[in-house]
Amino acid sequence: MPVFFTDAEYAAVAAACERLLPADPELGAPGATRAGVADYIDQLLGAFAFDPPRIWAGGPFSGRWGGEARFGAFLELSPLEELAWRTRIEGSRGLPEREINGPVVGLQERYRAGLRALGADFAACDGPEQDARLDAVPEFKALLYEHACEGLYGDPVYGGNRDQVGWRFIGFPGDAQPRGYTDAEVYRP
Amino acid sequence: MTVDARVVIVGSGPGGATFAEAITRFGWDCIMLEKGRNHLLEREPPYAPKTVFSNDEIKFVHRHVLGPDPLLEPRTYRRDEDDGERLLVGDVNNLPSTVGGGGVHADSKLPRFREEDFRLRTTYGPVEGAAVEDWPISYDDLEPYYAEVERSIGVAGDHTANPFASWRSGPYPMPPGPDMYGATLSTAAAERLGLHPYPAPTGANSVPYDGRPACNNCGFCGLYGCPIHAKGDPIAMLRRALQTGRCQLRPECVVTDILVDRRRRRATGLRYLDAAGDSHTITAEFVVLAGGAFETPRLLLHNGLANSSGLVGRHLMYHVQTLSVGGFPFRLHGHRGRSVTHLHDDHLVPDREARRAAREAGLPWIRGGIVEHGAAAGPVLEAKTYQPGPGHNPSMYHSDLRDRLWVFTMQGEDLPQPTNRVDLDPAIRDVWGRPAGRATYRPHRHEVVASAHIAPILERVLLGAGAEWSFSTTSPPLGPITALDRQNPLGLAPASKHVMGTCRMGDDPTTSVVDAQSRFHDIENLLCADSAVFVTSTGYGPTLTLAALALRAACLLTGNPLPRTNRPAG
Ligand SMILES: Cc1cc2nc3c(=O)[nH]c(=O)nc-3n(C[C@H](O)[C@H](O)[C@H](O)COP(=O)(O)OP(=O)(O)OC[C@H]3O[C@@H](n4cnc5c(N)ncnc54)[C@H](O)[C@@H]3O)c2cc1C
Ligand code: SF4
Repeated sequence: MPVFFTDAEYAAVAAACERLLPADPELGAPGATRAGVADYIDQLLGAFAFDPPRIWAGGPFSGRWGGEARFGAFLELSPLEELAWRTRIEGSRGLPEREINGPVVGLQERYRAGLRALGADFAACDGPEQDARLDAVPEFKALLYEHACEGLYGDPVYGGNRDQVGWRFIGFPGDAQPRGYTDAEVYRP
Repeated sequence: MTVDARVVIVGSGPGGATFAEAITRFGWDCIMLEKGRNHLLEREPPYAPKTVFSNDEIKFVHRHVLGPDPLLEPRTYRRDEDDGERLLVGDVNNLPSTVGGGGVHADSKLPRFREEDFRLRTTYGPVEGAAVEDWPISYDDLEPYYAEVERSIGVAGDHTANPFASWRSGPYPMPPGPDMYGATLSTAAAERLGLHPYPAPTGANSVPYDGRPACNNCGFCGLYGCPIHAKGDPIAMLRRALQTGRCQLRPECVVTDILVDRRRRRATGLRYLDAAGDSHTITAEFVVLAGGAFETPRLLLHNGLANSSGLVGRHLMYHVQTLSVGGFPFRLHGHRGRSVTHLHDDHLVPDREARRAAREAGLPWIRGGIVEHGAAAGPVLEAKTYQPGPGHNPSMYHSDLRDRLWVFTMQGEDLPQPTNRVDLDPAIRDVWGRPAGRATYRPHRHEVVASAHIAPILERVLLGAGAEWSFSTTSPPLGPITALDRQNPLGLAPASKHVMGTCRMGDDPTTSVVDAQSRFHDIENLLCADSAVFVTSTGYGPTLTLAALALRAACLLTGNPLPRTNRPAG
């Protein structure tokens, strides 16, 4: 269940991201859908539906390489950090404390407007049509792409890179603590 | 008159932390105000390290957990007045705003300057259009302080490895850590071309040191806090200061004003806002500014203080970065180990070719800077660099950028120019309603010529190391801004995190802002403990030198100068 998007919006985001980061069975690329990139974006836009908000994961270890698994314990925000992140995600909405240098259009609004421009039938369109519609909204496409990259190759705790499929595809081990690398692993070919 | 603290310090980065450790060791007390959050250490004895740092690219690189958030604290940038009031608003050379400052996510190459760096004008002569001066202190004056901060930060290095290094009173406290695989190739190739690479002196433990573990080469180093506190971030210094019981650390407290007496000749304390937005004042005998070379002049200009010379904020220097990259036909696993393991200094010492290049350009001399031998960034950053669509997958699979790229970053000497400056933006504000700092900066022709001369040498080294192709770029862009520059992830403003010179040190109050003891000429109980005091930028990372200067200022203030050291015979 998405926390921010409607099911239809979620489907459109997933379809759009799959065009930007498509699966490629020959190379073993998982593609955005398989990696849960839309979940990553949904959890960013809906970060304040959680307490603490899902902005910054905890530390120091994921547990994948030993040590206590603490990434899931998201960090509390300070009042100023909350102000900044609410402004970034929700926009300034006419609230004077959020309009430090004028109004800010939030990510939620940019997504809603972008999805409107892609059209309600976007997820059902064929690939070339989807590409054409994405090309018609270059700023939204760039925003989607930025978040899709984060959702494919960022830590799984943020909702994307499900089962580390992004990292596995590129042979990246991800976080390395507390194991780290031996000296020989550093200097040998 | 009783005061709240003998000393109050603005900022807890390497400069402020070094200062606090020194004065508390000598029995003085202080309050340290830091506008950022405390992710570094517990605030109750025994001041244990906190555990929120992690190998998490999202948190550190893409959601700037260490601050400052550009929505709350924007800065602005323009090259000169022809750009209008500003060219861009947002992140301009932001260093972390957090307990520990920029020490927390630096990967901490900590070389010393060389003797001639303190007397650039005497050694090489003036350059038209630049305020090239000697420092009022010498390398010999600073040597004992260098040695002491290398011990307190914990620097790993080989004192015999760099033929250009100046004399030292002793070896590094730790041996160097392991070489990166890519560096074994690039250093061998550099040597074949007559260059002199050496293991970078680094503030990361190569062996357990000072109660902290050895670095385990996790690879998430530059831009990240160290999850195991193996880095020489200011944790050790702050802990020791706190353990004396004479230092109070107050995070999430932003200093808004320096308070002065009626004649504006003495500082009486500070005003700050706490996390709840409530205003407080602290009275003190001495006020120390260590907010970094961007925020220190901003605060002074905001209050209109200590500026009888008109030079506060001027002579802003960065390092002009020349990045030469080589693409290799095999994987270099640059994600293992610290971000950079080797340096070479050759381009700081003009040879016959460099002298000829200078002559041809009508310059008296050119110098470059240290060259860092290192690897590239994490996969999210790599992915964003490629184009979307079907071509994305092969790019990520072969990983030309992340896993097959080796990068030389030269931190080129940036000559001081009075027109390059930090001042107050006329319209943009921070969350506390104060004018944002604005950088106005354009490199001198010296930097352009030096970069153009040295980049081909670096490319030759990369090709010699086995790269199939090589090219170079600079930050900031040195020519007119092109469409490509606008897409460049390094941005239009200088990407350098080395900020210097905005309250330059000197003996003459008409041509400098602080004296040779780091006290402001106009307000003698106001001191500066960051790289604002630098007279020239040299081509070396600033942090070890700014910490040595902060230590020296603290020792002189409390009447405890370190004994002079002697140049070893022979
Ligand atoms: C990724 C990265 C890599 C780096 N690598 C190297 C390197 O290899 N070698 C090297 O020499 N240098 C390196 N640096 C630069 C190094 O981090 C800085 O030179 C150093 O941190 C400067 O120390 P400072 O104490 O002067 O200021 P800072 O570290 O900037 O600390 C200043 C502190 O003061 C606080 N502050 C400012 N204004 C106020 C105010 N009004 N009220 C309260 N608090 C305030 C800030 O929040 C900040 O925490 C690197 C930097 C980065 C970002
Ligand atoms: S590489 Fe070493 S010093 Fe750097 S973050 Fe990892 S463990 Fe810490």
